[in-house]
Amino acid sequence: MQSRREQLVAVFTILPSIVLLGIFVYGFIGNSMHMSTTDWGQEAAMSLTPNIQSVGMDNYRDLFTGFLNVRFRQDLINMFFFTLLFVGLSLLIGLFLATLIDQLVWGEAFFRTVFLYPMSLSMVVTGTIWRWILQPRGGINVLPTLIGLPPGEFLWLSSRTQTLVFDWSHIFHYVCLILLVILTLNVYGQWRRQGSKRLPRKLMLCAVLLGVFASGILTRIPLLEYPEAHGFNNALWGVVLAAVWQMSGYTMALYLAGLRTIPHELREAARVDGGSEFQIYRYVDLPLLKPITASAIVILGHIALKIFDLIFAISGPDHYPTSMPAITMFLKTFRGNELAVGSAIGVILFLIVSLLIVPYLVVSFREE
Amino acid sequence: MKSKGVLGISAQVLAILLAIVYLIPIYMTIITSLKTPGEINLISAWALPSSINWEGYIVAWERFAPNLRNSFVLAVGATLISAMMGSLNGYVLSKYPFPGAKVVMPLIVFGMFIPYQSVLVPLFRFMQKAGLYGGLPGLILVHVVYGLPITTLLFRSFYQEIPNELLDASSIDGAGFFGIFRYLILPLSGPPFLVVCIWQFTQIWNEFLFAVTLTRPSSQPITVALANLAGGQAVSWNLPMAGSVLAALPTTIIYILLGRYFVRGLLAGALKG
Repeated sequence: MQSRREQLVAVFTILPSIVLLGIFVYGFIGNSMHMSTTDWGQEAAMSLTPNIQSVGMDNYRDLFTGFLNVRFRQDLINMFFFTLLFVGLSLLIGLFLATLIDQLVWGEAFFRTVFLYPMSLSMVVTGTIWRWILQPRGGINVLPTLIGLPPGEFLWLSSRTQTLVFDWSHIFHYVCLILLVILTLNVYGQWRRQGSKRLPRKLMLCAVLLGVFASGILTRIPLLEYPEAHGFNNALWGVVLAAVWQMSGYTMALYLAGLRTIPHELREAARVDGGSEFQIYRYVDLPLLKPITASAIVILGHIALKIFDLIFAISGPDHYPTSMPAITMFLKTFRGNELAVGSAIGVILFLIVSLLIVPYLVVSFREE
Repeated sequence: MKSKGVLGISAQVLAILLAIVYLIPIYMTIITSLKTPGEINLISAWALPSSINWEGYIVAWERFAPNLRNSFVLAVGATLISAMMGSLNGYVLSKYPFPGAKVVMPLIVFGMFIPYQSVLVPLFRFMQKAGLYGGLPGLILVHVVYGLPITTLLFRSFYQEIPNELLDASSIDGAGFFGIFRYLILPLSGPPFLVVCIWQFTQIWNEFLFAVTLTRPSSQPITVALANLAGGQAVSWNLPMAGSVLAALPTTIIYILLGRYFVRGLLAGALKG
């Protein structure tokens, strides 16, 4: 048994780390939250004894509805689409690569090494390389000419074309639609597994969301006095391509590790019962990989939401079509000296990432 | 499971094709880095260089040598300190659980997922006031602190595997907290140290946000220098490509030689209990 003294020594050993993290994580987040409600910036940013006034939630209101902050609103839309495409494609390609490698008779270690290699690179290196490959009149776009086809015309990073255009004032309308889709998928999955946990309540909520969306009541909230178009920027495809190249090996490694832990007896039993190889993959392997998908979504998701270095290197911080909140935060803080606004963007990012991370950590540590 | 017959062969062929696709950017980087500026144009971008030209590497080396040195000092220093502290923390959390340790652990781990933009402004001000802004010691401190969650987590899950009976036996022999750590835990810690150090070195070497916001030009790591170079338009492309190769070299060597441990770090970070 450990003596009291030993216990005390142990606590004092870990104390410096706890204090440091307490200050650098929680203290600083608290400070950012506080500063985001002030007018700290411009001259006050420079002076040693700044005169800082409290302005309440004005910085946040300005970011979401102010005339000058149109860029930040498009950043949020860019972040949403980038996260969706990057996470979705990385999962699909990673699962495909893992399944493929699992089948191989020869060179398994070699292929694993090749597909995972980009993950050991810096996002700055990846961005620099892809900036060259995605040149409008070079790189990927001249590949077709090597086999006699006309060159590609797609502007991977510099396109100014926007699709799925909507008015910012209708944002709640579309948020409602996204929630409806997520909930419907969830209910459908439960219904198929014949789980009945809170099913009636979820169905009710679905109906309410459907009603709200169909009535279009949320489009009547006047966030702005004028229409402001936002949408999916085609230029994001270049960024998605580079990011998927870098991180799909990561999901491959996760899925491959998962496939390796599936007991042989399980597949053998399914085979004895007359299951085809495809059926075994579909009904034995895939369901057992679900927890890995959940982890991968959380980890790739939080990388995507705060993406900064890749954008900085691949298109520069001043390129509007591929900008993200983290980029605008950097520019506002370090170029514009708008420290309070920069803090506000940091806090918004923190809240969005927390929505993803906190449930994950709660579930992980409750299991222990 | 292994596939045989036609399916097996087509899987093999597909794997080879995909590997080529994944290596295309690497091919492009290397051939461009070995061309003369005059030979680089968009139309013949895919062609091999007519003769190997090291000019890009010579210029890149002259330009980036100080930044590479900064990156080395930064990555080695911060890796060793954060690994050592993480090892002690993991030891405490797995073998001397104090009241409240169950709450402290998730609070520590949360620190590795936060977007650093949410601490950047106070961090920047703190570094200025503490006189740490601009130099490598400050940047090392920042990487040590924000590296603590992952190193603590990795060491803790490794030490949980060491049976408590071993510790009890040592403590009967009269060894105290540090004695057990020094003579029982540390000798068993080779593999986790390797995993943690490889992971931390790669992360810190590749990091950009803290590097670009908290250092003056003379202390900038390679990632910042490379990003600044590629951002300028006047530079011919052989230089940023050669710079990319130089910046990628240390982590590439580690990955090729010790890839197994790199993968273990990556899995341990994601597939924890």
